[in-house]
Order: sequence, then structure tokens, then C-alpha cells
Amino acid sequence: MTAPRLLDAGEAALVVEFGTEVDAAVNARVLALDAGLAALALPGVRETVPTYRSLMIHYDPLVLTRAALIDAIRQAQSAPVKTQAPVWLWTIPCCYDPAMAEDLGEVAAMTGLTCEQVVALHAGATYRVYMYGFAPGFCYLGGVPKELIVSRRATPRPPHPPNTILLGGGLTLVTTFAMPTGWWILGRTPERMFAPKRDPVFLVGLGDALRFEPVDVAAFAALEMRAAGGDIVAKRERAQ
Amino acid sequence: MSVVLRVIAAGPGVTLQDGGRWGYLRYGVTAAGPMDPLAFATANRAVGRGHDAPAIEVSLGGVELAVEGGEVSVGVVGGSFRVVAGDREFRSPAIVRLTPHSGLTIRAGAAGAWCYVAVAGDLAVAATLGSVATHMRSGIGGLQGRAFAPGDRIAVTSPQALAPAFGGIAAPWLDRGSGPIRVVLGPQDDYFSDDQIDRFLLGPWTLSSRSDRMAYLLDGTPITHTKGFNIVSDGVAMGAIQIPGSGKPMVLMADRQPTGGYPKIANVIGVDLGRLAQVRPGDRLSFQAVNVEEAVRLRRDEAAALALPIVFEPLARPDLPSEFLLATNLVGGVSAGDDGS
Repeated sequence: MTAPRLLDAGEAALVVEFGTEVDAAVNARVLALDAGLAALALPGVRETVPTYRSLMIHYDPLVLTRAALIDAIRQAQSAPVKTQAPVWLWTIPCCYDPAMAEDLGEVAAMTGLTCEQVVALHAGATYRVYMYGFAPGFCYLGGVPKELIVSRRATPRPPHPPNTILLGGGLTLVTTFAMPTGWWILGRTPERMFAPKRDPVFLVGLGDALRFEPVDVAAFAALEMRAAGGDIVAKRERAQ
Repeated sequence: MSVVLRVIAAGPGVTLQDGGRWGYLRYGVTAAGPMDPLAFATANRAVGRGHDAPAIEVSLGGVELAVEGGEVSVGVVGGSFRVVAGDREFRSPAIVRLTPHSGLTIRAGAAGAWCYVAVAGDLAVAATLGSVATHMRSGIGGLQGRAFAPGDRIAVTSPQALAPAFGGIAAPWLDRGSGPIRVVLGPQDDYFSDDQIDRFLLGPWTLSSRSDRMAYLLDGTPITHTKGFNIVSDGVAMGAIQIPGSGKPMVLMADRQPTGGYPKIANVIGVDLGRLAQVRPGDRLSFQAVNVEEAVRLRRDEAAALALPIVFEPLARPDLPSEFLLATNLVGGVSAGDDGS
């Protein structure tokens, strides 16, 4: 394994970069360093932000010098990670009915597949939770089948409801807010990835595995009522 | 006992902020917090509050508040805004004792883009994820996640009427000069050739009127990339300077997303974040590269200055009616100096 690059983002943030691409092994190294640093509980580390391929460490340079932080990074990398966070396999219900999957037909046309084949491929894959970003609870999922790798829209489409399943640029994600998007709408889940008044506020952890389970409109409506009442309607089991 | 601040009028983008919603960047949650952290902390210190206590961030659009139920002191700090309380008029930074008779009106003045109103009391506003900082794009924090609007009411519990009732605030650390905005190069400066980095530093750049709490957009001769402008998203610190495909720099400010996907040529150093925030649309600016050690030294100097006792100074003619003061140009027309342009 090559040593990571250390890049300053000003004097109060350091980027530890393990690679330049979206890659599960690279992401695992990011999360291992994140866990290792958390175990050290360094005074002066304000917050860490794991992304696909790097860890940003926000720190107070008047409490923790850059040199001491770099020493700690080396220490965290050399020591075995003792407290690995549990990794779960989540099954998220997803309604792929055309009423909630406005772009399914276009994705099928672009990929040369039928709508049924697109759904079977999307629901048949197991995804990795690489990172959150863009907005609270937006989590980016890697592991999209190669047949479904499509580029993003040339121009963004108008806002769509929250809890929409999007596809684009080799990734899939679950939205949490109504926002314009350059991605393709494949379905909708009753589950909330972000619920500020629920414990947990954020449903899935970084590095977790995630699958989508097709549900019909009637099942969606029933689950939606439960989720609106605060229930977690996704299923969770230990990942292998 | 409590006092209520009622919003009579508010320009766009007047929000409640605190030190920021830290701890949730990894879940995509923007930290928000003040655009000018130094002015914000100074306002809070002037009324005996902690650096990160909740305070009102006033935009160039200004704000007008009514005060109900009693007296309360406020610290008004940031830029050179016009502050009117009853028949008295001041220029920020100032400490002002508000009464139901006086109310409080703040208008853009000679300089600065953001002004803070810190209150000597506890603002009764519920926190979301541990913070009341407003992030309007995700509708979190402050007053239902949005900007102030007429009719909004904020209760202030344990309000205090401080002495002096009125005074200027001697805060020389807020006189931050007009030199180039200092940056540390990177983390993706290797996406640019040396001559493009030099051109980026020299500018001059003009702050676009499309700038907001999320990003300050700079107009000028575009910068070109040597390795394209798409990177796999990584973390973004406040003051990160992205160069998107247009080649025009975007400085990511308090409402930035926690991660981003354009190369970041440099990052504004901590002590210059507020100075940049106070630049107004249309103003010109350039950059200067410093190393991390210099940026830390400047940060240490600033922290030491901010730890000193706050000194109040008498106002020149506080009892004269504002019309007289304006007519004789004793207030309002005096510039505190260029701010970063």
C-alpha cells in the first residue's frame, strides 16, 4: 500500500488522500484511519470528514500542531484498529412504479434495456455506503451494475420529492430534500435516511452495505404511513 | 423576566447564527455559523457572552426590531453599519441599550457586508443537532430554518441592561487593513500551472453580486486547468477556493457544502475569512500566498487580541439627534477603511 498524500486545506484542515478514484479498498482505508483517529481522541481535532478517497481533518492549530497531527496519523495507521464500527446490511424498500420513477423509461432507452431489466439490475445489486454529502443525509452508494452506468443529465431537472432514488455517474443515492438534480429518478422509498427528530437521526453508517427491495404502490403507501409516524421501515442485519 | 425582540422589517438574508453546527459534516450537514467569525465573537464578548453564543447576522438589507417588555443591551459589531435606537444614531461597533421606546434599526453604512447583533440575555430558540445556526438551503436552525420576516418574535430570557448604556467598542483587531486576502495554496494546486497560480493571486478579481453565504463568486480573467476540472469529491473547509469549469474562482463560505467536486487552488487563511466576508459586491481584491506557519502565527495573534478585556469608549456626541449628526457628517459618512479590496 502506498503512503497517503498529506494536503493542507488552509492552516486548520488537513486532507489525507489515499487515492483519486471511487474505490472500495481506498474508501476502507479512509474509514480505518477515521476510526483510528477517533480512538486516539486527540484534543484539537474538531471534526473529521470521510469521503470516497480521502479524510479531511478539521483541527485547531493553536491546540494541535500540524506536526503533532501528522504524528498521530502515522500512529493511527500503524496500530491495528481495535474498535471497528459494526457494519450492517440494510434492505431499503423502493417503489419502482412509473408514478414514482419518472425517468425509468429514459434510463431504459439509454441503456438499451427494458424497464423491468433496469429494475431487476438496480434491485439485484448490493451497494456500499461511500459517503454522505451535498445535503443532510444524502448518501452516495457505489456498486452500480455496469449496465446501469449512465452519465448525468445535460441540464438539471426541477425539484422532485424527498426520499427519491437517483442514478447517475456510476452511483446511486437516496435524497432527503426536494432539490433540482442532474441525476435520473429511478424510484422512491418510504424510508427516511435523515430524520432530525428520530434516534438515529442518520440511518446508515459509512461502509455499510445496502440493497433495494421492490415494493408496489400499495405496500409503499402502508410503509409511508409508518415511516411518517417515526418508524424505521428498512431492515437491518449483520453484513457478512 | 423576559424581553421580546419583534421583527418589524428585515432585508433578505438576516438570520440567527451561532458558532456553527459542528459534528455532522460527515453526514452532509453544513456547519453554517457567522460569515465574519471575528466580528461575531467580538459582538458576543461586548455583552459578556461566549464567542459562539447565538446572535443575529444582519445583511446589507438591514433590519428593524421592536423591543417589548423591558430593557436589554446589545453589541452591534461588523463593518461600519448605521445603528439607530430612538433618537440616537451610532456606527458599529457599538454597545446600545434598547428600550421599548427606542427599538433598533440597522442599515448598511460606509463599509462592510455583515453586522452582528449580540444580545445580553438568552435567546429562547430551540437547537437542531446541537445548534441554532440557520442554514436556509436545508431549512435547518434559527427561525424555522429561514431568514427573519416581519412579525417574527424572539424571546430573550434573563435580559441584562449593561453599563455603559451606550458606547463605542474599542476593537482594533477589527481594523484588518486592505491588503491582499492571504491564502495557503492547495489542496489541488497541482491542477494548475505556476503561471496560472500567479495570475490567480494577482487578479484583480471583482466580487460578483450573485455572491451569498454559500459562495463568494469572483469575476475576472478566467484561470485554466492543466488536468481538467473534475475531481472525485473530497472535503471542503471554509474559505476553500474552487476553480470550476468557467475558470472563475468561487470562495466557499459559511453555508458551503461539507464536500465538493472541483479543484481547490487555495484556501483563505483563518484570520482573513471575516475580512473577505466584509467585501462588498463590486469591490476588487487580490490574493497573497503564505505558508501554514505564518497563518498559524496570525491566528495566534488574533486569539490573543480577542482575549483582551473589551474597552468601551464614549461616543462623540451621543445625545444629539441623528438628523443633526447626519447633517454635520459626524457619523455614517466616515469610512473605517477599505476592507480587503
